[in-house]
Amino acid sequence: MCRLAAITSSDYFSPMENILALETMKEGHDGSGMGLMMKGMGGEFEELREYPILSGICSEAGVKVLDDYMNKAGFKLKYTWTPKTKTVRGIEGRDNYFARVYDYPDMYKDKPMEIKESLLLKTRLSLRDLGRADESIIVFTFYPDIVALKEVGDPLQLGEFFGLEKSSLKAKIIFAQGRQNTNYAINLYACHPFFLQGICTMTNGENTAFVPIREYLTGRNLPGYVGYNSDSEVFCHILHYTYKKLGYPLHYYKDVITPLKQEDINNRSDADAVTYLKRSLRPLCIDGPNCVIGFTPDGTCFMVQDAKKLRPGAVGGVKGKYGLMSEECGLESAVPGRDRDSDIFPMKFDMVIIKPDAKEVVVWNQLHG
Amino acid sequence: MEPASRLDNNHQLALKDFPYIVRWRDDRCKRCGRCTAVCPVFAIEPSVVVKRVLHSEGPMPEPKAERRVETIVKQSNDIDRYCIGCATCALVCPNEAIEPEYNPANKFNFHKNKGGHPYRRGGRRNDPAPGTLDKLKFSRISMLTDPALDAGRHEFRIRTYLGRILPADELPIQVVNGKLNVNKKSGVFVPPVREIYPIMIGSMSIGALSPNMWEGLAMGVTYLNEVEGMPVVMASGEGGMPQSLLRSRFMKYFIPQIASGYFGWDEIVRALPHMIEDPCAIEIKYGQGAKPGDGGLLMAHKVLKLISEIRGVPMGVDLPSPPTHQTKYSIEEAVAKMIQSMSMAWGFRVPVYPKISGSHSAKSVLNNLIRNPYAGGLSIDGDDGGTGAAYNVSMDTMGHPIASNLRECYLDLVAQGKQNELPLIAAGGVGKKGNLATNTASLIMLGASCVSIGKYIMQAAAGCFGDEYNRCNVCNLGKCPRGITTQDPRLYRRLDPDVVAQRVVEVFKSVDIELKKIFAPMGRSTELPIGMSDALSIDDPAMAERLKIKYNC
Repeated sequence: MCRLAAITSSDYFSPMENILALETMKEGHDGSGMGLMMKGMGGEFEELREYPILSGICSEAGVKVLDDYMNKAGFKLKYTWTPKTKTVRGIEGRDNYFARVYDYPDMYKDKPMEIKESLLLKTRLSLRDLGRADESIIVFTFYPDIVALKEVGDPLQLGEFFGLEKSSLKAKIIFAQGRQNTNYAINLYACHPFFLQGICTMTNGENTAFVPIREYLTGRNLPGYVGYNSDSEVFCHILHYTYKKLGYPLHYYKDVITPLKQEDINNRSDADAVTYLKRSLRPLCIDGPNCVIGFTPDGTCFMVQDAKKLRPGAVGGVKGKYGLMSEECGLESAVPGRDRDSDIFPMKFDMVIIKPDAKEVVVWNQLHG
Repeated sequence: MEPASRLDNNHQLALKDFPYIVRWRDDRCKRCGRCTAVCPVFAIEPSVVVKRVLHSEGPMPEPKAERRVETIVKQSNDIDRYCIGCATCALVCPNEAIEPEYNPANKFNFHKNKGGHPYRRGGRRNDPAPGTLDKLKFSRISMLTDPALDAGRHEFRIRTYLGRILPADELPIQVVNGKLNVNKKSGVFVPPVREIYPIMIGSMSIGALSPNMWEGLAMGVTYLNEVEGMPVVMASGEGGMPQSLLRSRFMKYFIPQIASGYFGWDEIVRALPHMIEDPCAIEIKYGQGAKPGDGGLLMAHKVLKLISEIRGVPMGVDLPSPPTHQTKYSIEEAVAKMIQSMSMAWGFRVPVYPKISGSHSAKSVLNNLIRNPYAGGLSIDGDDGGTGAAYNVSMDTMGHPIASNLRECYLDLVAQGKQNELPLIAAGGVGKKGNLATNTASLIMLGASCVSIGKYIMQAAAGCFGDEYNRCNVCNLGKCPRGITTQDPRLYRRLDPDVVAQRVVEVFKSVDIELKKIFAPMGRSTELPIGMSDALSIDDPAMAERLKIKYNC
């Protein structure tokens, strides 16, 4: 089972905390990849929060192509962060890992965020296409205040490889996923967490309803709904579609991915709307086994399970710092000083929502709406 | 001198020319006469023969010849009384002395056109080879890497929608105080949608079916809804429905069909003001998979009193419906106007969908419907479908198999992002070989929202004798030996409607378990796996390519 370790905090913290949480949850053979997604960046990025950050990996040749493209597109490089990589046995490093902060092209500077977002997405997808054939350019995210780092290998070794222990890389929300017992011939684009325009999710388990969901999403004709190297990427795009495109409040994500029986819907105060929603978004229903952890653009984090809770999860912490983990021991590693009796183990109708800056935890129950 | 015809029996058919040869055993037969009495087509008759028997008696036995007259059961070699292989004789014989045997070397098709009348029959396509649906396998087993679903203990929801579904971005929904709310003043028309069981009983009319058979099906469907909580629905077929049902609260389980003959619709329209429940839906028949290009056909033999009353026609006349709806100029016009008229008749509260025969042009109709805001679905009937009466040429050689026709229609919807807007109902050979659950699951995974069955339920609920070796298949003549497709009370009183209803319930309860057994290992339980084509595989590369599924061998 892949491990999930998400931490949301009012203070900056190191991604090593997530990696150590992953390590405590390790069972059996591991090492087919880890992804880190960071939001609410600290350190050098703190002052650059309004500028988009391009996270990815390039070969030497790829860097030139990327620079050419970005220059032509009018993006101006403001700052580059690169990890101080070490040689670690078992990790095959690549040429250049980076998080580059750019300034928008002049004509976009004063445009509303919606237009800027489209430009960033279009740029990321173009770069992805440019490097697809020879993997010379791999880009994970291009968005303000978001940094992503992904590589194949054991999470702890990767932490050492990237030199994260001594790095100034810090953030207020960090998601980490360690892929377990999957194959090694993975494409890094299949590595969680997934991100699209401020929306991020990571998941464990298999998505048995992947094909109908993918077909539905690609039919929306929205440019970001591509990729799908992993069957879990759709969880992110479903959230993007319902939360961002349709404008539904966050908890309706649960109603979309695990719709209630009609008899149960009828007891809700919003029964009419939920009934329509269930019908119209029927192809987005998941069937698990999945635990989904995600965040939205305002920094709200959540955890939700499939309709039968075939993948459990645990949420706990103190005001100002909460962990959302696939296992209780991960929580123990991330927030040891918390009141364990207050830990939350969301049940099949629950959605645990943690407000921005880890201020408050709310358990929303689908039956009661 | 004797005429040549009497000496050599020329111009008569030999029993070897017939599709079924009756094997009668003299030594077992006790001459009770039940077989000859029950034969629906008089293919066998009691007869006498004179035999020359040799026997020896006495202390010094000496063979003596004796001529003895014996009663026998004789098979007719008159082509109009050919043995249809129904084996009702074998069913009633107390001594297992008689049964028909299929003769693969028969020359039936060379002779069954006496009087210049082409061979017409009922039943199904005479092709015993397994269809594509029976070659599909479910190969995506998720329980190996993940916790398995338990078909016996977990909750499964095997339900589907009938009716047009608006895309989410067109729903009249707004956010009020952090909750979604339906904006009732938006003026957006939200089409009616029904939640039903994904297997419906397809259109078989009262007329094609005997009153007992239809009543049995209707009772079974009602029981499933009211007692078992399974929303199984049933389409009426062309020709109307009894007034008592039209005005009953059970109407919501039924789908009246309007076809090109409009039979029965005078009575339905008359009942409209008195209806206390809306029907589940309205089906507009444009074609039938078993006989594409032909309208419905109810032969005069079956137009007796009850049928003439329900359909509003004289007794004893052939009732051929035209191939198309004659009041309309084009299919586009027909579809648009009829769907709108029917929707309007029930105040836009009832889903209305057309049924067409499988065809290369199915996608054209589909694309027409996608752009019609009142179209509630599309039912596509493949060439393995059955019929009560049709020309043999239509049944055996015309039409399109459902698997690829459905698949290309579904993928066409996917390409337009509209696969959830217009439900596709697949029919025509579902359960042809008895594999109702697997055929249903396959079609759903290929893209169907629902399947429709006819022959399967006739076989499972009433023991229809028909098969793909032209066995029986006299549904058109009103001589059904089971009493399923006849209006002759002497025949249909053999069929107990209560037993039919009980079997309908048993069939649906068991198929429900089988569907769970299929869906569970593939990790699907909350919603129907419509279009989950990655679950399917086939051991034929060309079929895999055509259906866009995996080739496994």
